[in-house]
Amino acid sequence: MTLMSRVVIGSVLILAWPLAHAADGQKIFTQGGANPAAMACLGCHGADGKGIAAAGFPRLAGLPAGYLSKQLHDWRNGTRKQPVMEPLAKALTEDEIQAVSTYLASLPSDPAPDERRQQIADNPTARLALYGDWSRQIPGCVQCHGPGGSGVGDHFPPLAGQPAPYLIAQLNGWRDGSRSNDPNQLMVGVAKAMTDAEVKAIAEYFATPTPAEVKP
Amino acid sequence: MRALMPTLLLAAIGNAFASPIAMEDQSQLKVPGAQATPQFVPPAESELPDNAFGKMVREGHALFVDTRRLMPEAVGNGLNCSNCHLDQGRQAHSAPMWGAYPMYPAYRKKNDKVNTYAERIQGCFQFSMNGKPPAADSPQMTALSVYAYWLSSKAPTGVEIAGRGYPDVPQPKGGYDFKRGQQVYKEQCAICHGYNGEGQKVADDYVMPPLWGKDSYNWGAGMHRINTAASFIKYNMPLGKPGSLSDQQAWDVAAWINRHERPQDPRLVEGSIEKTRVKFHANDGVNLYGQQVEGVLIGRGTGS
Repeated sequence: MTLMSRVVIGSVLILAWPLAHAADGQKIFTQGGANPAAMACLGCHGADGKGIAAAGFPRLAGLPAGYLSKQLHDWRNGTRKQPVMEPLAKALTEDEIQAVSTYLASLPSDPAPDERRQQIADNPTARLALYGDWSRQIPGCVQCHGPGGSGVGDHFPPLAGQPAPYLIAQLNGWRDGSRSNDPNQLMVGVAKAMTDAEVKAIAEYFATPTPAEVKP
Repeated sequence: MRALMPTLLLAAIGNAFASPIAMEDQSQLKVPGAQATPQFVPPAESELPDNAFGKMVREGHALFVDTRRLMPEAVGNGLNCSNCHLDQGRQAHSAPMWGAYPMYPAYRKKNDKVNTYAERIQGCFQFSMNGKPPAADSPQMTALSVYAYWLSSKAPTGVEIAGRGYPDVPQPKGGYDFKRGQQVYKEQCAICHGYNGEGQKVADDYVMPPLWGKDSYNWGAGMHRINTAASFIKYNMPLGKPGSLSDQQAWDVAAWINRHERPQDPRLVEGSIEKTRVKFHANDGVNLYGQQVEGVLIGRGTGS
């Protein structure tokens, strides 16, 4: 072993040292946090973090770390309600929240469909998703959540690939006031303006997106 | 006598170009107040005929809502037509196409001539899109014009119908305040447009438009006027919550946005900000171009 490679290996070990002590996001995902009440994510959110559609457990893989971290904090301080997630989030340390959020954000996810506003919507659901209904002050979903519901930045999470029951539950949560942790109350007005039928149709639209039929 | 007529005509034309035309700007005439309830309803997509005309409308619609991606040679920043004309150019009080198309041809002070609708859109490309206007007879300009014409179906021509333009928001008595505007911006705008006005992208494309900097509208765009931006903001922002800001908040935040640098006015006179200010900005609503704000000269451009 040359002197140089010893130096390199030594440096790598020294650099790696602090990481060993920081919370391990992957370990939290697969085994849970240090506190046993912080159960492993994969139990409900799937081994690949893409959620369990049949149960309505949401996709976490590839969601923005800032969004995930905010939700965990909101459950801790009670601004978002959910009987399973509240105690779980309270059992995570601050370091663990950061680590698991970063890890989940790094997990691969299916690309959002390339559905853009340039298309002429050929049915009322696509119309609502792409353009909204401004007679009721509803912006198109993709105007904030990105093309195909891909998600935009830390505040506008992906809709694509979320199970329909999860999306329905969230929209209904905003409608009945049981969910209210949206920044600037941007979702509550939109959700309240939607009908039951639209909530269901929009949820299914993003859960099982169909390829665009009209291409310019 | 026959020989005299053309001479007289020529002399008259020469005169028209030589001296400034004393005429009000027809494109900037009084916008009906927001109290006038818009009645006009543009046609629905489902009414589009399945023929060559319908195809052209669809093409125009695509260009209108996805301008930057589909016309990269003409758009020099990160904006789409639909960023300033909400709901695909349909929304009342959001400068809808059905309020604009039937008002052209019209005299515009901005370029001191009677403009066709195509020439008016060329102005958008030059200033609001900071780009190179496509030729008036290009396929894209035709498609955009056809789309606006279709949205205006059954609208009267030459009538300032309620809902056109952005309704005027009178300047508050105490003027505007940058500090208050910055606060409004942080609380109400930054979540979408970014803390530094940079907008937000997915992959290479803006989903939320940049409000200042090199990818935003330039110093020649109508939106650089604080009064125009305040009107747009008051009646259209935050998205889905129009009318939620007070007149004062709209003016304050418009002033905050429009004190930031953006691409230079393409009409820059002899490289001089001062000459450009005198010629184009001194009598153009309320704007900060060429002025000192807190010891900094505004209007230097973003250098690209």
